[in-house]
Amino acid sequence: MIEISGLTKTFGEGQSAFTALDDVSVTIRSNEFFTLLGPSGCGKTTLLRTIAGFLDPTRGSLTLDGEDLLSKPPYQRPVNTVFQSYALFPHMTVAENIAFGLQMLNRRKAEITATVAEMLELVQMTALADRKTSQISGGQQQRVALARALAPRPKVLLLDEPLSALDFKLRKEMQLELKRLQHETGITFVFVTHDQEEALTMSDRIAVMNAGTIRQIGGPRDIYDHPAERFVADFIGDTNFLQAKILSTDGAQARVRLVSGGEIAAQTAADAPVLDDGASVTLAVRPEHAELCAPEGALLSGRLRDVVYFGTDTHYHVALDQNETFTLRRQNQPGQTQVWQTGDHVGLNIAPGIPQILKD
Amino acid sequence: MSETAPSAPSASPGRRARSERRNRWLLLTPAMVILSLAASGPLLVVLIYSVLTPGDYGGVEWRFSLDSWFAVVVERDFFTEELTLADAHLMVFWRSLKLSLCTALLCLIVGFPTAYFIATRPARRRDMWMLLIMIPFWTNLLIRTFAIMELIRNQGTVNTLLVASGLIDEPIQMLYTEFSVLVGMTYVYLPLMILPIYASMERLNFDLVEAGYDLYANRFQVLRRVIFPLVKPGVVAGSILVFVPCLGAYVTPRVLGGGKQLMLGNLIELQFGQLRNWPLGAALSLTLLAVVMVALIFYVRAIGQEGERDV
Ligand SMILES: Nc1ncnc2c1ncn2[C@@H]1O[C@H](COP(=O)(O)OP(=O)(O)OP(=O)(O)O)[C@@H](O)[C@H]1O
Ligand SMILES: [Mg+2]
Repeated sequence: MIEISGLTKTFGEGQSAFTALDDVSVTIRSNEFFTLLGPSGCGKTTLLRTIAGFLDPTRGSLTLDGEDLLSKPPYQRPVNTVFQSYALFPHMTVAENIAFGLQMLNRRKAEITATVAEMLELVQMTALADRKTSQISGGQQQRVALARALAPRPKVLLLDEPLSALDFKLRKEMQLELKRLQHETGITFVFVTHDQEEALTMSDRIAVMNAGTIRQIGGPRDIYDHPAERFVADFIGDTNFLQAKILSTDGAQARVRLVSGGEIAAQTAADAPVLDDGASVTLAVRPEHAELCAPEGALLSGRLRDVVYFGTDTHYHVALDQNETFTLRRQNQPGQTQVWQTGDHVGLNIAPGIPQILKD
Repeated sequence: MSETAPSAPSASPGRRARSERRNRWLLLTPAMVILSLAASGPLLVVLIYSVLTPGDYGGVEWRFSLDSWFAVVVERDFFTEELTLADAHLMVFWRSLKLSLCTALLCLIVGFPTAYFIATRPARRRDMWMLLIMIPFWTNLLIRTFAIMELIRNQGTVNTLLVASGLIDEPIQMLYTEFSVLVGMTYVYLPLMILPIYASMERLNFDLVEAGYDLYANRFQVLRRVIFPLVKPGVVAGSILVFVPCLGAYVTPRVLGGGKQLMLGNLIELQFGQLRNWPLGAALSLTLLAVVMVALIFYVRAIGQEGERDV
């Protein structure tokens, strides 16, 4: 278990000082696939490098299974990194790269040989064991980097956008393979990405970061279905934002009135402050969480501006009567006929409890 | 037109190849001329002079003799005609080799960390550091050598400070010893070591260094297993660049060795100057050349083999 608390990292001093990590606190559980997700420059790499020991934080604490890590140099932390650039040693073969960490730990020769063979097997690189690392493809290098970092059996594996250099197909393959490796080895993975889809498909839990802070932590479903604030809702998936007023609250549920006059039950964020009746809030509704219907008696109504066919699904862009826009997504069925046409006056319905009240 | 056009392509490849070959030779000619005039020609002259008889007042007499080649390693007693090893010459050879090796080693010990230090500075400050390294190199060799002399002579800065601090009672004799020659040559040739190592080091991907630390290698292990193998080409180049001119060094041993710590360059100069034995001077020069070549072959072989073992 990694416990990070109050971690702050400021680069530079005085005028040019820049806070890359701002009071970050998070607990990463053992054996979990934990993802740091956020836009470029939000501090993901900085956090990872701090855990690895390449950066000293300005403030804060960092422990692994109760043991302080900050007082240890990188080579004494039971933590290994898969570098974004792979950083394979060019003067060594594939097998020698994998053996390196074990040699540095003074493992016995026989044990090293066995572990290297096992790792080669694990990443399916046995046939290329004696190649120089400059003579293998990008995907193969990626697998070697993974094997090299896994060989010493670290407690934690840090992965900094390891898939970003791969093409789409290989990327999908490696996503599955990473997930499988994490499952088989039981090692805690801390995975960095700015690809939300990758984060959603692979992670046990996701921390969404922005500007040096963690905005929300939760499982993929939590994050997707219950974004706590506008940034998270916007960054992950597509979202419709609707203005509303609180009518009454009851625990995590609230009744709200939309600008259109319609009323509906909505969810409040888990750690949101108590909302006063009459307060103005923003609701988030995912495009696939609404349905088109006849305008009479619908929650919202408007004019269908665009219908865009995407193969697996169709997007409907609706200009609401209240000057807002709403995008809907429907999965296409075989034999389905097009009911709604551009320019139609349409209604929109949302199931009660689905809209999410954002914190900001 | 329509008849000649199809035949043109079939004829041209041969003609083009021929004219290309001719052009290549034409383009190579200036380099060849310079090489033969500046390198092969003089070397041939030296070779010819080495097998002639010394003239009484310098120069040579055009009589074939291998005496000077024997004189490189053996001495004929003036009275008894007994042959003995030319101790004086061998001593100089030995000193040259020893001091050159030590200089190269010392330059490596000082230059490697220096290059590492500079290469790990922020990019915009590296040029300034390199400039500081290069400025002395652009200064006249004699001036730099005399500067070292001023530092280490008996009444010089170092001795004065040592005596003043009470560490020693009287000045240490450093000038006119092998030590002073060693220090002088190290100082003079250090940039030639730093430059190529820095060039390799600058290209080094420092992610690899971090990967080393990440995989439980401590500072020394990262240096030995990651950094050193990757900047080895620079180390090899630097060692050769220091070692070779050291073997033939003239000014530094002359000034700092005070005529007592002769090196090969001084011995050769003596033959052409005071001793007026040009053929022996020529033979010694060629011997120096041979020593350099043999040393380099051994060095490159050793490095190559070590490389193979690493791989
Ligand atoms: N050594 C440094 N000196 C000054 N600023 C730095 C330094 N390293 C990083 N930063 C700044 O800190 C911020 C966070 O950087 P970081 O590399 O952690 O971003 P990231 O989330 O990994 O982005 P990306 O997705 O592009 O890799 C950036 O704005 C960056 O400019
Ligand atoms: Mg990054």
